[in-house]
Amino acid sequence: MDALYELITGSDLGFWWKQLLLAVLIGAVGVIVFSVALVYAALMTYLERRVSGRVQSRVGPNRVGPLGLLQWLADGAKMILKEDVIPAAADRPLFRLAPYPVVIGVFAAFASVPFGEWLIAADLNVGLLYLLAITSLVVVGILMAGWASNNKWSLFGGIRSAAQIVSYEVPTALAILVVVLMAGSLSTQDIIREQGGWPWDWYVFRQPFAFAAFFLYFTAALAEGNRTPFDLPEAESELVAGYNTEYSGMRFGGFYLGEFGNVYLMCAIATLVFFGGWQIPGVSPAEHHGSWLWQIVGFGLFFVKAWAASFVVVWLRWTLPRLRVDQLMSLCYRYLVPLSFVCLLGTAVLMMLVPAGSLFDSLLRFGTFGFGLLVAAIFFWRVLWHIRHVGDRIDLKILARGVRGRFDPAIQHRAYGAFRKQQKQPEESR
Amino acid sequence: MGALRDYFAAIGRTIVTLGDGLAVTFSYLLRKPCTIQYPDRTPEPVVSMLPERSRGFLEADVEVCTGCKLCESACPIDCIHVEIAKDESGQRMIQRFEIDLSKCMFCGLCVEACPAGGLRHSHEFEGGMGDVRHLYVSFLDEPVPPAKKGKTVEPKPLGSIIRARLARPFDPYRGDRPASGARAPLSRGGEP
Ligand code: SF4
Ligand code: SF4
Repeated sequence: MDALYELITGSDLGFWWKQLLLAVLIGAVGVIVFSVALVYAALMTYLERRVSGRVQSRVGPNRVGPLGLLQWLADGAKMILKEDVIPAAADRPLFRLAPYPVVIGVFAAFASVPFGEWLIAADLNVGLLYLLAITSLVVVGILMAGWASNNKWSLFGGIRSAAQIVSYEVPTALAILVVVLMAGSLSTQDIIREQGGWPWDWYVFRQPFAFAAFFLYFTAALAEGNRTPFDLPEAESELVAGYNTEYSGMRFGGFYLGEFGNVYLMCAIATLVFFGGWQIPGVSPAEHHGSWLWQIVGFGLFFVKAWAASFVVVWLRWTLPRLRVDQLMSLCYRYLVPLSFVCLLGTAVLMMLVPAGSLFDSLLRFGTFGFGLLVAAIFFWRVLWHIRHVGDRIDLKILARGVRGRFDPAIQHRAYGAFRKQQKQPEESR
Repeated sequence: MGALRDYFAAIGRTIVTLGDGLAVTFSYLLRKPCTIQYPDRTPEPVVSMLPERSRGFLEADVEVCTGCKLCESACPIDCIHVEIAKDESGQRMIQRFEIDLSKCMFCGLCVEACPAGGLRHSHEFEGGMGDVRHLYVSFLDEPVPPAKKGKTVEPKPLGSIIRARLARPFDPYRGDRPASGARAPLSRGGEP
């Protein structure tokens, strides 16, 4: 992108030719970014459905394409072909316009996501600020949708979303500021370059405050992206579907693409800010810069990390119930905001007191990493305990297609735990 | 001091319970799903592989029914219609016994209400019809006398009644009794 830009501006073409070529370049990059974002958002829906299936002891979509991987294409085709209903009482122009800010807000942010060292559409020197700011456009779209639907549930959804997204911007930004403080830069690429490939070089394990900041960021970003347990704006059990109750067809699809794109986006931000982005263990940035092979491996690493984080988001959704509005607000202002201030101050103090590379710095780093490992170990011990507790066993066919053959009470028993002994129904004769 | 302790205790509880909840859901990812792949060819019809207490379409045995209409009043969505009337000879007869399976939500309240055991859930669930009205099932062809105390009835195989009825659906809006032309039986797994 930069090379092409310099090629065009440095060439001896006329002014207007240069402008035209630049416009074409920008347009092409825009189309590429948009399609990448579209595919990622669509793949999110697949991930969501598969994981939710497995969490509920189901299989999930596995019919369209190998392992159901093309399900999102079928869904997209269905969405486009459906009728786009506009309620008679709706504010028509606003109603038609509302999905656009949502989609634009999320997809425009993809321009500044560093998928690899070379793979970034625009490496802005205020990259993180841009990422945080442009996604706030979503709230405009949601409010518009809620208002234009002319329906009290939709309006509730819109208003809730405004309160929620605006409140949770604060802890999100504060938690990210912790890392900005450590990196001394807002550029996404610089932040990644400051980290290293090994886990203990990632910012999340640099010191305990960054570790805490990651969890604060993740929680706040979940709320910003309207994901369960913070999906109050659409709360299907209270508000029908909140702001998108009245939407159908591709406009509804737009909201969903926005939501799923947002999930990927928050995970990409977490990856680049806390998990070392495309850094490869044992490969220095200088080596990384020149080599195609490392570029591809780095892209793969970023991909894997971001999808792992997305998996956690989906998994959280199928674990936690929704919060109430007052709980949501108290979580933000009583817990997340003060704690992120503490993290910010703590980081500043640590940076003043502990010089980089000193013994205490390494202690903090490996101590935090060790603590992380300990937490993970306890977690997996609990997982095993839960499996054993219901008398099941580990069956690692992750993409299992379900049980073929006879219904086996043993499998149901293993899946759901011990049931009461089934009684024979009395014969109905008299 | 108490408030401060509560504050941190709340954070601690959140982390511990959240982690444990996540461990429960994660454990499902490592276990085998208990889904039976429905439309696939299975060695035997899926209907026969369902757990014993699964609740499929209702079936009513009018030979057992005493015509008490308790099921009708138990149904929360009024999809059972039982009509009792005297015929010309003054005999009480069950004139209609119809269940709108398209409305039924398989709650089982009617089955529990029935004192005679005339209603039960079969394991049948494949009721794809060209017209939703065909799911309005009548359980008798002509008026039958209600069962008297002491009558013994040979129990019929589970699902046989409703299978026969669904194969010859009748259209309540045409006001007729079972349609003359028998329809092709419902598709089921296992059969070619
Ligand atoms: S199962 Fe429930 S809904 Fe269905 S007919 Fe019986 S009472 Fe009504
Ligand atoms: S099916 Fe049972 S509850 Fe319903 S009318 Fe007959 S005997 Fe009464």
